[in-house]
Amino acid sequence: MSIETTLEPPVRRGPLDEDVPGAERVWNPYLVGVGLGLTLLTSFVVLGAGLGASGSVARGSAWLAHLFAPEAVEGNAYLGPWFSAGSPLRYYLVFMGLGTFAGGLTSAWAANRIRPGVERGPRASILLRLVLALLGGLAAGFASRVAAGCTSGQALTGGALFLTGSWAFFLAFFGGAFLLAWFVRKEWS
Amino acid sequence: MVLMETLFSQGLLGTPEGLAISGLVGLAFGFWLERAGFGSSRRLTDIFYFRDFAVFQVMFTAVVTASAGLFGLSALGLVDIDSIYRMETFLWPQIAGGAVLGAGFVVGGWCPGTAFVGLASGKLDALVFLLGVGGGILAYSGFHTDLVEFNASGDRGLSTLPDLLGLSPGITVGAVAAVALVCFKAISVFMKSRSAAEPQA
Repeated sequence: MSIETTLEPPVRRGPLDEDVPGAERVWNPYLVGVGLGLTLLTSFVVLGAGLGASGSVARGSAWLAHLFAPEAVEGNAYLGPWFSAGSPLRYYLVFMGLGTFAGGLTSAWAANRIRPGVERGPRASILLRLVLALLGGLAAGFASRVAAGCTSGQALTGGALFLTGSWAFFLAFFGGAFLLAWFVRKEWS
Repeated sequence: MVLMETLFSQGLLGTPEGLAISGLVGLAFGFWLERAGFGSSRRLTDIFYFRDFAVFQVMFTAVVTASAGLFGLSALGLVDIDSIYRMETFLWPQIAGGAVLGAGFVVGGWCPGTAFVGLASGKLDALVFLLGVGGGILAYSGFHTDLVEFNASGDRGLSTLPDLLGLSPGITVGAVAAVALVCFKAISVFMKSRSAAEPQA
């Protein structure tokens, strides 16, 4: 197929799911980029807002916390306002997040790329990988509230709108990742 | 010609129709992320070890495509940019948050959007990452009042690259596309030289 990636299989990190027999190869990144860009454009023109992901986790975790400590959550200066107009889940990014999961599931299923397990480099233990996934998640979650968005809402959406702060975010994002990459190389290589 | 009103500009994002369309947009978003192979944390982090540049290629191509389309439609008078939600710039929280998110990306292997796709692909580490994201957000809520001041620092209002550089949106699209093409060419040259230098594992 002409739309399959032409890149050589990367070295020193073991085969990916797409390299496993029976799974389809992933598509060319430029083709996917155009598809993703048209999705973002549709979001702009129809919704009047771009893509977002961390907002749905924020709403979901507030909803979950509310089950256990309703008063504390409603009294919280950040989470409380989400409950003033009913459920915090009645929010466009929550539905976009559910759609993202469903879209990923559909695509992964169609390409036979669903592989239950813990993905890690050949030298990393499952425990190390899961501990680092949790730590990375904690940092990303906290930072997503400071920056008011994540890779989707800031880098992709704000980037396409040419927002100055989003381009600063984009540069800082890659800077932070490259700085930390050396320290966690055992996790991936 | 009538400018298209968006759901946001009409205050309809929270209506059942708005939520349903958001779900459909998400469906396409997740599909494309998975098609790129972003249901794999190793592929996502490969860029930081110079093994695969799909993250950069996909993101930059998407930014060029969407901005060219949007500013093109705006120039034709079909879309009013002001009907689209645009976040104001708060430079310091965006730089600090971006750097920590980038660190969390390479340590955790995911960002929130790709973790949804990873979870859909059966990855337990994506689930753990998402639990961490939720925990990090709840932790933030405990410090919110202390961070309000920092989060409002570096306030530049609604600031855009065209304004900043004194360029028209059209020229900016062209300039960003030109930078993207140079980067893509450099990636292609680098990958060719690397695959020639190293035997396949």
